[in-house]
Amino acid sequence: MNLEFKNKRISGILTILPSREVKFEDEMDNYNFSRAKSLKLKLAMGYNKHRIVEEGTCASDLLVFGMNHLINNNLLNKDDIDALILVTQSPDYFMPPTSNIIQGKLGLKQDVICMDINQGCAGYILGLIQSFMLLDQPEIHKVVLLNADVLSRKVSKRDRNSNPLIGDGASITVVERSSEECTIYGSIKMDGSHADALMIPAGAFKMPSSVETAEMKEDANGNFRSLDNLVMQGDDVFNFVQREVPPMIESLLERADVKKDDVDGFMFHQPNKFMLDKLADRIGVPREKMPSNIVANFGNSSGVTVPINIVFNVGEKLTHESKMLCLAGFGVGLTWGTLLINFSNLHFCESIDY
Amino acid sequence: MKEKIVTILNGLRPEFDFSQPVNFIEEGMLDSFDVINLVTELESTFGISIDGLDVLPENFCTVDSIMNLLKKNGVKE
Repeated sequence: MNLEFKNKRISGILTILPSREVKFEDEMDNYNFSRAKSLKLKLAMGYNKHRIVEEGTCASDLLVFGMNHLINNNLLNKDDIDALILVTQSPDYFMPPTSNIIQGKLGLKQDVICMDINQGCAGYILGLIQSFMLLDQPEIHKVVLLNADVLSRKVSKRDRNSNPLIGDGASITVVERSSEECTIYGSIKMDGSHADALMIPAGAFKMPSSVETAEMKEDANGNFRSLDNLVMQGDDVFNFVQREVPPMIESLLERADVKKDDVDGFMFHQPNKFMLDKLADRIGVPREKMPSNIVANFGNSSGVTVPINIVFNVGEKLTHESKMLCLAGFGVGLTWGTLLINFSNLHFCESIDY
Repeated sequence: MKEKIVTILNGLRPEFDFSQPVNFIEEGMLDSFDVINLVTELESTFGISIDGLDVLPENFCTVDSIMNLLKKNGVKE
């Protein structure tokens, strides 16, 4: 589905990362890899270190901490917030919505829309799409988009498919109307027939958690996980990304009448270095224009990787320069989406540790 | 070419005999991470870049299928 948004802008991004850093080497003995194979994979996949929350830390903890940082430093006036959109797969509770909990903890006004969206790797794209749409309402002037996931709590430490790359994190993005004429082009697609490619089978209403779902079992490749854990069909996801994402990016740029050379950066979701390098080659952009260093430094935090990517790689420049960035997210759902946005003179674009 | 491929495969999973005429993927001799390591080793050994669309199990399930992939990328036998 092709989308266009008129006169909207991102005015600030803050990422919040758990201060606890775990090194790949310290976890290698958990997996059924030889040391040599682990070290080869470290290079190819970009495994190095990842940020993991302490036991018991929730998405709301990271976000309330980040919101208080912005409010206390006069980077955000809480009375100006007309909508609070949270994209997460790790809510505090099934009910009530975590966005309502955050609104209550921050003491935001009642004249506000709070909304939880369940999305994963494309969560930043979907959250921005929702934010842009809300800004078409005459009484909504400022939307705060929250993205957060603490999925390390749902990953088996003995699952070499997922554990080395998973990371936790959160982001806060302020979205407003732009006083300058501009168009943001976007596109998003879904394929729920492959919804099982990335999932946590147990723990909700279809398969409630039980003693049976918590039982650790070994798969064909020697990974140990339970039905309560995240499971990923990595090769299926890889093939889907290589097949579906390049034509979507080509179509987006063609619609926007923008050449690849004129895009300053392709700030994509960060599944692993190997997948991103292959994706850059397929799209036909230099690998250095598509950063793939987030898994190595922080881990894959699902919908939060795109803002972490932006802040880590170009954040400092965005506070005093203009840059045309192509964003893309792809994975859970399956969902894949992209946005082409001109970032200019952000009020803040930084990261803090929790 | 064939000898180099077998040497790479033996280096990845020395516990298996890759001279057997079996499907390496179906027999569990190569998992998806082995395929990633295999791709990077083939690329550095033969100086090629394998298209992401070709990173499919069927292209790595036998020595012959790997040879066909290399030939597609311009590697001479």
